[in-house]
Amino acid sequence: MMQAELPVLDPIFGRLSLAALPLHEPILVATFVAVAIGGIALLAGVTRYQLWGYLWREWITTIDHKRIGIMYMILGIIMLLRGFADAVMMRLQQMMAFGGSEGYLNAHHYDQIFTAHGVIMIFFVAMPLVTGLMNYIVPLQIGARDVAFPFLNNFSFWMTTAGAILVMFSLFVGEFARTGWLAYPPLSGIQYSPDVGVDYYIWALQIAGVGTLLSGVNLLATIIKMRAPGMTLMKMPVFTWTSLCTNVLIVAAFPVLTAVLVLLSLDRYVGTNFFTNDFGGNPMMYVNLIWIWGHPEVYILILPLFGVYSEVTSTFCGKKLFGYSSMVYATVVITILSYIVWLHHFFTMGSGASVNSFFGITTMIISIPTGAKIFNWLFTMYRGRIRFELPMMWTVAFMLTFVIGGMTGVLLAVPPADFVLHNSLFLIAHFHNVIIGGVLFGLFAGINYWFPKAFGFKLDRFWGLVSFWFWVIGFWVAFTPLYVLGLMGVTRRLRYFEDPSLQIWFQIAAVGAGLIAIGIGAMLIQFYVSIRKRNELRDTTGDPWDGRTLEWSTSSPPPAYNFAFTPIIHDGDAWWDMKQRGYQRPLSGFRAILMPANTGAGFVLAALSTAFGFAMVWYMWWLAIASFIGIVGFTIYHTFNYKREFHLPLEYVVHAEEERSRQLATVRS
Amino acid sequence: MGHALTTEQAAARTLFYQADEHDHEAGGSTLLGFWIYLMSDCLIFAVLFATYGVVGGNYAAGPGPKDLFDLSLVALNTSMLLLSSMTYGFAMLSSYRNKVAATQVWLVVTGLFGAAFLGIELYEFAHMIHEGATPQRSAFLSAFFTLVGTHGLHVTFGIVWLITLMVQIGKHGLNKANARRLACLSLFWHFLDVIWIGVFTFVYLMGMLR
Repeated sequence: MMQAELPVLDPIFGRLSLAALPLHEPILVATFVAVAIGGIALLAGVTRYQLWGYLWREWITTIDHKRIGIMYMILGIIMLLRGFADAVMMRLQQMMAFGGSEGYLNAHHYDQIFTAHGVIMIFFVAMPLVTGLMNYIVPLQIGARDVAFPFLNNFSFWMTTAGAILVMFSLFVGEFARTGWLAYPPLSGIQYSPDVGVDYYIWALQIAGVGTLLSGVNLLATIIKMRAPGMTLMKMPVFTWTSLCTNVLIVAAFPVLTAVLVLLSLDRYVGTNFFTNDFGGNPMMYVNLIWIWGHPEVYILILPLFGVYSEVTSTFCGKKLFGYSSMVYATVVITILSYIVWLHHFFTMGSGASVNSFFGITTMIISIPTGAKIFNWLFTMYRGRIRFELPMMWTVAFMLTFVIGGMTGVLLAVPPADFVLHNSLFLIAHFHNVIIGGVLFGLFAGINYWFPKAFGFKLDRFWGLVSFWFWVIGFWVAFTPLYVLGLMGVTRRLRYFEDPSLQIWFQIAAVGAGLIAIGIGAMLIQFYVSIRKRNELRDTTGDPWDGRTLEWSTSSPPPAYNFAFTPIIHDGDAWWDMKQRGYQRPLSGFRAILMPANTGAGFVLAALSTAFGFAMVWYMWWLAIASFIGIVGFTIYHTFNYKREFHLPLEYVVHAEEERSRQLATVRS
Repeated sequence: MGHALTTEQAAARTLFYQADEHDHEAGGSTLLGFWIYLMSDCLIFAVLFATYGVVGGNYAAGPGPKDLFDLSLVALNTSMLLLSSMTYGFAMLSSYRNKVAATQVWLVVTGLFGAAFLGIELYEFAHMIHEGATPQRSAFLSAFFTLVGTHGLHVTFGIVWLITLMVQIGKHGLNKANARRLACLSLFWHFLDVIWIGVFTFVYLMGMLR
């Protein structure tokens, strides 16, 4: 066999040794010092104010979908800072590395950065933020008290976090993959990537993938089984519809990722020959499989945000959404079509003209339902009374930005054009155009829209506007040059350039990254300022935007049980209908409510999984076996717990509802 | 819709919440959720089948199916698994009649058939590896061991679950939660049977024709 000679492993530490610590990389050492100081300060603060018990009881072990949703959002925002730091480093390197200058990043480090940037932004920024929104909003929108499997929800969150922690470990212990975010073999095989980078990649994604898959199953069952009486499928809010389709995609796509990563790990750990160059292996099989997951994945990310835009547009135009049923059908069509376009990611593979034509045409077709959605939003705005609050501004920015990204996408869908543009910066500009302009802008719209629901006060408008303008302008300054460079034939993932005439474009792009940095900073300031000014920004009505769907019928923030009485739905815009027809909030007749009980099992299992992943990365076999037995054993132990629910006492419900009445009275007086 | 609403209809239209609500039944979504999970598991097998389909003919000058497979052994193996599915069905029937002892006995029989299946499979694997047909030998063998082995791992997991559930039934009898778990494991067990029929046909029978 062509295996490299196996070095002798330390029985305790496997291949982990002091040499794995990147002490020779000043940038990493400085980052580590900063992270360590910040981390110690945080831990000290939590200890100082005796918050450990509170955190454990109220957050870490919580099964409340709202709190889990908030934790997902926090995870996503923290990881956004890490992913963005990687982006800034790349922009600086590419701006500097011209002529004689090598820039400031060596190739070993630079290759890890572009890989980590992609992996983090997709798996640990976009996915947690999208999942967080769905987790928080969907049960409220369908009139449910929690998700179908509350424990599983907590477990899913901690598994996602475990994956993120493994990626962060790789920054300081060992290294991350240098393969690009999809880790194509044979480059990611053991022969060309013998170090731990790809193993970190594999185990981080596998562990987080368990969380994603289970949360998909969970939300799917929730939406199918737990809708309030009267809410037929065609009366579901559009955000719930898009969440339904997204979770169908998750359940139908993530197993493919799991399986293909298992095959890659077998190649790396056992020496099988799935994707090797010899003994009958077929690397293109990997590329096909990973994109069979990968293309649905981009729709997993964008669909829920299409839902957000729909909710926002209809709320801030004061109108029912134009073409509700066409919106639903468009979403379903996109869901189905997203499975038959994957080959457009590698037209240059050489599948032949007919295969390429098929996938080129399906790719162009998928833009039709998307275009229909844009028209639906435009017609909702047409003759609407538009209120340009922050969520609506993000929505308008999305429409202007995303349409351009969509058009460059259709351009890339033409196979002959793709042969020229494949792997160029034009492609990079295209997908950032749709992911930033579509997913991220939608998340910001959603955060600004639902923040008052989650925390009881609105976000500050001024800093929101600063963030908005710097983000939108920064985006265009950063990525227009990449379109230009791509058309000139510059390929992606380059660390050094010979042609000095290109430098100006990279300098402009770096300025754009700087503007985005200000936008992100302004967003953090927006959170800070809003918390400081929370009494001024307080929402006592529960319905600060004059909303249309059920989540706005609850107090802000909603009580643990969401609804004292399960609502009955008569109309698609259920809450709007209730307001129009003089709904009176019930003030008596409350009863104790059956609720799921908190459990630390999810946290423990995720901690064991982190240990397992770390052990597998470093070949610490004893720890891998011990933690695996721990996972199985603890799972079995957990199934012996039959008491998973408790009655929220009547006094608690009465007290919460009286509090709500008092809040509402302050509004009327 | 010109006709006037009856008073009842009008009252129903202004009813915005359920005044007298009962506790929702715990685990009402479990079977659906588990079914969805099984479908996702099915996709993992789909990927493994597809991979076998693509690289299953790449012997790399090594042994092929005709050199390795012993159809009579596989037939024995298959019958073990099919019988275990049948006995699991008997366990379910006993559980519907709330006969705890009979349920447990059928579960033991099911577990034994499952273990026999695994034993024969392990024997087959050991034999192949002994002959030099290791998973590393060719892409065909990589795909073969992974597909069949993943199924075997599922059966192993099913047996661990079966034993756990028997302990739980011993402790709490056939209460609602345990009946639900029994139904989930039943889905899982029969699902593995269906997958095996795919393996038997696609890998072993068609492999002999290749």
